[in-house]
Amino acid sequence: MDNKTTYQKAWFFVIPVVVLVAFNALIPLMTVVNYSVQETFGNNVFFWEGVKWFEEVLNSERFHASLGRQLIFTGTILAIEVPLGVAIALTMPKKGVWVSVCLVLMAMPLLIPWNVVGAMWNIFALPDIGLLGHSINALGIEYNFTRQPMAAWFTTILMDVWHWTSLVVLLAYAGLNSIPDAYYQAAKIDGAKPWAVFRYIQLPKMKRVLTIAILLRFMDSFMIYTEPFVLTGGGPGNTTTFLSIDLVKVALGQFDLGPAAAMSLIYFLIVLLVSWVFYTLMMKNEGQ
Amino acid sequence: MKKISAVPIIYILFLMLPIYWLVNMSFKTTNEILGTFSLWPREFTLENYIKIFTDPTWYNGYFNSLSYVAINTVISVSVALPAAYAFSRYRFLGDKHLFFWLLTNRMAPPAVFALPFFQLYSAVNLFDTPLAVALAHCLFNIPLAVWILEGFMSGVPKELDETAYVDGYSFSRFFVRIFIPTIAAGIGVACFFTFMFSWVELLLAKTLTSVAAKPIAATMTRTASTAGYELGLLAAAGTLTIIPGAFVIYFVRNYIAKGFALGRV
Repeated sequence: MDNKTTYQKAWFFVIPVVVLVAFNALIPLMTVVNYSVQETFGNNVFFWEGVKWFEEVLNSERFHASLGRQLIFTGTILAIEVPLGVAIALTMPKKGVWVSVCLVLMAMPLLIPWNVVGAMWNIFALPDIGLLGHSINALGIEYNFTRQPMAAWFTTILMDVWHWTSLVVLLAYAGLNSIPDAYYQAAKIDGAKPWAVFRYIQLPKMKRVLTIAILLRFMDSFMIYTEPFVLTGGGPGNTTTFLSIDLVKVALGQFDLGPAAAMSLIYFLIVLLVSWVFYTLMMKNEGQ
Repeated sequence: MKKISAVPIIYILFLMLPIYWLVNMSFKTTNEILGTFSLWPREFTLENYIKIFTDPTWYNGYFNSLSYVAINTVISVSVALPAAYAFSRYRFLGDKHLFFWLLTNRMAPPAVFALPFFQLYSAVNLFDTPLAVALAHCLFNIPLAVWILEGFMSGVPKELDETAYVDGYSFSRFFVRIFIPTIAAGIGVACFFTFMFSWVELLLAKTLTSVAAKPIAATMTRTASTAGYELGLLAAAGTLTIIPGAFVIYFVRNYIAKGFALGRV
């Protein structure tokens, strides 16, 4: 890390990246900031409103509700995907042809367009002709994700587990593979139980990759839009309307620019804040 | 062959079920889909696929998607190469902050940017062109490419650069002749992931196009919402979108974790 030379002209290498990303990030962000403090009645006439929209959004029941749903969703999928991913990674073969087969098959869901993931699960979970829906109903449990909120939540979470657990598996597996054999031999000589091996050898070695996995899953699940939108459309009612879906409804559906912009900024700040905490942790791990 | 534990097998079966169901539906006739519940197609048909390959609104969707994805991959990786080199080799004013700032764009929820993007690209007259989507996807793909390439480049010892300079190589000759071939695998992986993330994204692609550059994903959602019960057609279109990923995944299998973790594994 520290054998880098100081060379200010290296900036020239970075300029194309900065220009392109800034064009896409700063101009839209400034537009959002601009809308968030003004009121418009069309015709490009704007009035200064100060923090009115922010107050309105922060006090609105609707925002609280979708933020709450978002937090429950993100919390649930993290609680399922991280332990499950680690467990699967631990049982994966270490060498041989099976490794490639497992890796390729497990990565499949990660590479499917998000709307196709939604459409696929829609078809899969349809109560009359979908394999999942039909099977659950055949067991005598009434299941219809377009009508029952609980069924909609169950399907959305199962879909996300299906879609993204492999990410945790792949990262945890990469972390496990970096453990030298000597560690396991030493543990064997000491007569360590499997739990002790996991707790004192495997888990510490996986700390870094798991931090990344949690960071990525937090970020992506917090921004989730396409998959639940295609699967349930945010329904039944508003029961699966997460932050992004709600935001798009306000911004592009109702064209309420001010509230939508204020909501955007609050939303972005939450993601940024949590991600920054994880990023600091990640960089600290990397320094070790 | 060594025995393999049951857990990965069960997990893989769980992963394959919905994909199987999609493929299964794509070979069924509409009558069969709506009429009976069957585990495999009773009246096997290619009708859905033929429709997609002969109807321009369908196959143009694929061309549109592929064209913005390809443009985006070329732009992202080519501007990311020198930047990643700078981050991996030099210390310069604000380098760490810049690196984090790049990552923040990967964190930005696309929904936040949907409306301003629509206005920005309308203002510069790019709305409804593949180029607009390609440029918009740079928002998250350039940071991704920079991070992945930086990860690979940091693995190349600095002595390689120094030896080349001692041998009288100029910087540009060194970069093109020696450095790029050395990290060819990294470039391949970066291309794969920029391609993939542009391919799977829908919200921005849908917001920035209307008719001429409509991506396949948008054609699909429109079919799903308007035509209602053309499930077979929808399934066939979905199956076809899985193929590009499934086709190249074997080549990057050892780098999948690294790519999804932005080069940090």
